[in-house]
Amino acid sequence: MSNSDLPNTDYAKVIHDGLWNNNPALAQLLGLCPLLAVTGTVINALALGVATMMVLIASNLAVSLLRQHIPNEIRIPVFILIIAGFVTLVELLMHAYLYNLYTVLGIFVPLIVTNCAIIGRAEGFASKHSPLPSFIDGISMGLGFTAVLVALGVMREVLAQGTLFADANLMLGDWAGTITLFENYDGFLLAALPPGAFIGLGFLLAVKNVIDQNMRKRRTSSVVVDIPGGNTEPAISQPD
Amino acid sequence: MKSGVITRSGWLLGLAGMIVIGVVSLVYSFTYAAIQQSEYQAMLQALDSIIPPDSHDNDMVNDSKILPANKLLGLKKDAQLYRARHDGKIFAVAFPVTAPDGYNGPINLLLAIDRDGKILGARVVSHKETPGLGDRIESRRSDWADGFRGTSLENPGNEKWKVKKDGGIFDQFTGATITPRKIVKAIHTALKFVESDPGVFFDE
Repeated sequence: MSNSDLPNTDYAKVIHDGLWNNNPALAQLLGLCPLLAVTGTVINALALGVATMMVLIASNLAVSLLRQHIPNEIRIPVFILIIAGFVTLVELLMHAYLYNLYTVLGIFVPLIVTNCAIIGRAEGFASKHSPLPSFIDGISMGLGFTAVLVALGVMREVLAQGTLFADANLMLGDWAGTITLFENYDGFLLAALPPGAFIGLGFLLAVKNVIDQNMRKRRTSSVVVDIPGGNTEPAISQPD
Repeated sequence: MKSGVITRSGWLLGLAGMIVIGVVSLVYSFTYAAIQQSEYQAMLQALDSIIPPDSHDNDMVNDSKILPANKLLGLKKDAQLYRARHDGKIFAVAFPVTAPDGYNGPINLLLAIDRDGKILGARVVSHKETPGLGDRIESRRSDWADGFRGTSLENPGNEKWKVKKDGGIFDQFTGATITPRKIVKAIHTALKFVESDPGVFFDE
């Protein structure tokens, strides 16, 4: 990661990193505790994902704006203060305006503070880049994290209950309703329990790795002839 | 020189803390009323579901007294006891009961009882029971908890205050007997306590 603010930050790369290459959940494997705990239903997953994204964007922006004024020695405690402050704000707002959802997510809202993905981006990106790229990074990382949460939520809810968007009214108001995919579905308990979360995440990781491998293969084979013996070393990252 | 850096960092850290506290306090004061309103609405909804709102003429949410922590109710901390009045006279109360030994931990209930010791309604407030099995105790998933309505110590009588599997009258679920069994036991114990010490509940 560059230490200076290049005037021409590669936004496409920042976005691609957040959503796919360096996805907080699938590549950095950060923030797994909420990821595994709240993905029992799509709505819970979406709500926690959005809350995390809000904090991530705000903390990235704040850290980036203050980066020249924070002495190196106390930067980590200050980052944590900033993150904890934003999490408390999100918690207060949810408590006030999304009460039912707040009670469902319970302890996982305040626990956003401990999501390493957020302090990771503060330290790894926002403290070294100007506000706009940091803002974009916050959005892409947040979206990437939310997307994985929702994907896992969809898998688990469909398998466990045969529904989608159960309790959507808690988050979106009374117009939103549950979509029942299978009538009289008996349910698949494993998907709702913690092991189901681990298996689901493993499945998503495998899918990502397969896709990455295929893309790499396609790229290298179009440039150089396959080396006999199968060189599995990843291609040195080149500009696309 | 070194100590100068430390002092400066200390001040800056303190300043950062003060700023964050300031912002949080500000938002807290803005959201305070809305949070109170949300809590009120949630409590009102819960109470209305166990005591018909048109049966009493007072604001139950704001008509409460402290119910001291009590082992027979499973309450480890003081809780609130809500009173339903008609023409100023308490005719029923609603209070929390905890079944401490659910399948996955405590199950928190809200129970409404009238002066004759009859249950007006019961509802599960929070629990950690197995999704898809034990969670059918929730009123939004099944009407199981309505089975307590109208029962009392005498009806169905001591021997019948059990799930059907144990020879009682209350339903259990396929694959989940422990959850309903513990709730039945908790409510039964609470009823006995109300009978033995009604003053705790019905005195002003």
